[in-house]
Amino acid sequence: MTTTAPAGQTASAPPPATTRAGVRAAHRLFAVRELGIALALLLLIAVTTAVNPRFLSGQSRKDLMLGATILVVLAVGQAIVIITRNVDLSVGSVLGLSAFATGKLFLAMPDAPIVLAVLAGIGLGTLCGIVNGALIAVARVPALVVTLGTLYMFRGLDYSWAAGQQINAADLPSGFKAMGTATVLGVPVLALFAIVVLLVAGYYLRSYRSGRELYAIGSDPAAARLSGIPVGRRVFGALVVSGALAGLAGVLYAARFGTLDASAGSGMELNVVAAAVVGGVAIFGGSGSVYGAALGALLLSTIGSALPVLRIDPFWQQAVVGALILTAIGLDRVLAARVAHRLRGRKARGA
Amino acid sequence: MAPDKTGRPARSLAKLGTWDVLVIVVLVGVIVASSVLVEGFASPRFWGFLLLDVTPIALIALPMTLVVITGEIDLSVASTLGLASAVMGQLWFLGLPLPVILPLVVLLGALLGAVNGLFVAGFGLPSLAVTIGTLALYRGLAYVVLGDRAIADFPFSWTANSIEALPGTTVPWVALVVAALAVVFGVVLHATPIGRSLYAMGNNTQAATFAGISVNRTKFWLYVLTGAIAALAGIFWTLRYASARADNGSGLELSVVAAVLLGGVSIFGGRGTLVGVLAGVLLLMTLRNALQLADVPADTLTVVTGALLIISVVGPNVAQMLRDRLRRRRATAQPVAGA
Repeated sequence: MTTTAPAGQTASAPPPATTRAGVRAAHRLFAVRELGIALALLLLIAVTTAVNPRFLSGQSRKDLMLGATILVVLAVGQAIVIITRNVDLSVGSVLGLSAFATGKLFLAMPDAPIVLAVLAGIGLGTLCGIVNGALIAVARVPALVVTLGTLYMFRGLDYSWAAGQQINAADLPSGFKAMGTATVLGVPVLALFAIVVLLVAGYYLRSYRSGRELYAIGSDPAAARLSGIPVGRRVFGALVVSGALAGLAGVLYAARFGTLDASAGSGMELNVVAAAVVGGVAIFGGSGSVYGAALGALLLSTIGSALPVLRIDPFWQQAVVGALILTAIGLDRVLAARVAHRLRGRKARGA
Repeated sequence: MAPDKTGRPARSLAKLGTWDVLVIVVLVGVIVASSVLVEGFASPRFWGFLLLDVTPIALIALPMTLVVITGEIDLSVASTLGLASAVMGQLWFLGLPLPVILPLVVLLGALLGAVNGLFVAGFGLPSLAVTIGTLALYRGLAYVVLGDRAIADFPFSWTANSIEALPGTTVPWVALVVAALAVVFGVVLHATPIGRSLYAMGNNTQAATFAGISVNRTKFWLYVLTGAIAALAGIFWTLRYASARADNGSGLELSVVAAVLLGGVSIFGGRGTLVGVLAGVLLLMTLRNALQLADVPADTLTVVTGALLIISVVGPNVAQMLRDRLRRRRATAQPVAGA
């Protein structure tokens, strides 16, 4: 909402040659940033395990990963959107819609293959993403407003479709439920989805021209448009990806919890934005990575499991998350200031 | 979500003034149509209840309008409401008298607002991220204070008083308080240098700074004000439902923001009127309550809220785009006709 952009933002855009050294400094600093979150996460796990060694036993390790899975998938989509200086507040509602649709699908066709459910969820999410993207990119309306509107609309559709109905685990085919609990080499199958999503998105953002263009758009939309980047199309694409991932997250939610009503994922949008922000994705676009966002998601969900083990009243959880967000954006500002300082220093030395 | 004024002109929301008129016309239309079509809508009793429902959203929408006009946002208001309610309940539980508790709670709200203000105006951090952080923090603290308990043994004289109607009418007296505050906010926003400086800050922060406006100090106090009024809404909420709970008002921040944007305030700042916002709040709540009365299921109301919000921002933009296209076509057609 402010007009002052953190100086670090511009650093992630394709740089002019003169500032390349400064950009390397910026990259190092932001890499340090992700390292910091990883260290905080490791510290949290270490302390909790020291208090109660069973925190990392087989079953609870699985629970930790499962707990983070859905948030990671959503946070990856959200990071892609925020990098373009937009936001998607409708993800919780899309997740709810897709989770309920998955239940309905299995009620109608108990023998439906799991692949079909996954594709249906992604398809439904994509559709929601297209609505968001079209309104934002074509009608040129701010994403915050549009996705606040669709947050209500998708949730309302979900409720009127469900009409008070609840789908129970017993209604879901055992193969699908098995996917929610199965593991491969100790890693839950659901978590594998999150890992694949993360790696694909990370590779795309880092190595594809259109992926780099997302950063350029977030750094300076006007400059990006002038340099010939199809801003509207890229932003549209980012929203569609976020929708598709929220749809996938809905299917994963259905597989994990089995019991579905229209309120699935209510209020989740704020956790997702929080995960991205904690993970170092600057809310004004142009910097951050999906890995950071995933780490943020992992940290937030691990806090939830660690607090009871540390004998801290679980009522503290939300307060801790809030404090973490404030710390993270404060840290972001400090780092950005340091990058700006370095850039100035180099320029002064004529480098 | 960002002040992208060069690439995406904030020409949305059509011309100032015309939008207010449109919202008011739609509001009147909804009222007339509901009076005819919905049984029980035209009764004074229903309007009394409607005004009680409107009160917390209208209260918080007043300072929120000012905040959004300066180009910022405050998503923590509903959590402030919840924390105020929880602290109020806890202090009552500990045996403090209500006349002592209430000023303390308002002060607490101002302090919570000051924390937002410090981060946004003092450290220059983005308000969207800051207030998402305090949204979680304040709601979490509310749970820390009260857990999942509900304090409900407030004296009847207080709870009944909070929804008391003015003698001889069904108009609750709190509606008058909201109206009085609205007049104060309206005068300050539209008829004083302070109000003009808020628009200036929203339109161009740098220009406002050069014009001698202390941008950061103004923003800081705006957040303090927003926090205090959110706490006031928390007191009303607690007394009206005779229940102090940590989850009071959950999700209300989205309704307030929706009402403010529906009322024609630009999310980029610099545009909007208080009359428009009040009409927006009333439109949203009247439509909801009328549909509810007509036995339209609650889920449809949620869709209506979202659709209203989207139409209100997409409509003017698309209309403008069509107008532009038409004008361009005419402009290109004319020379040909002339030649």
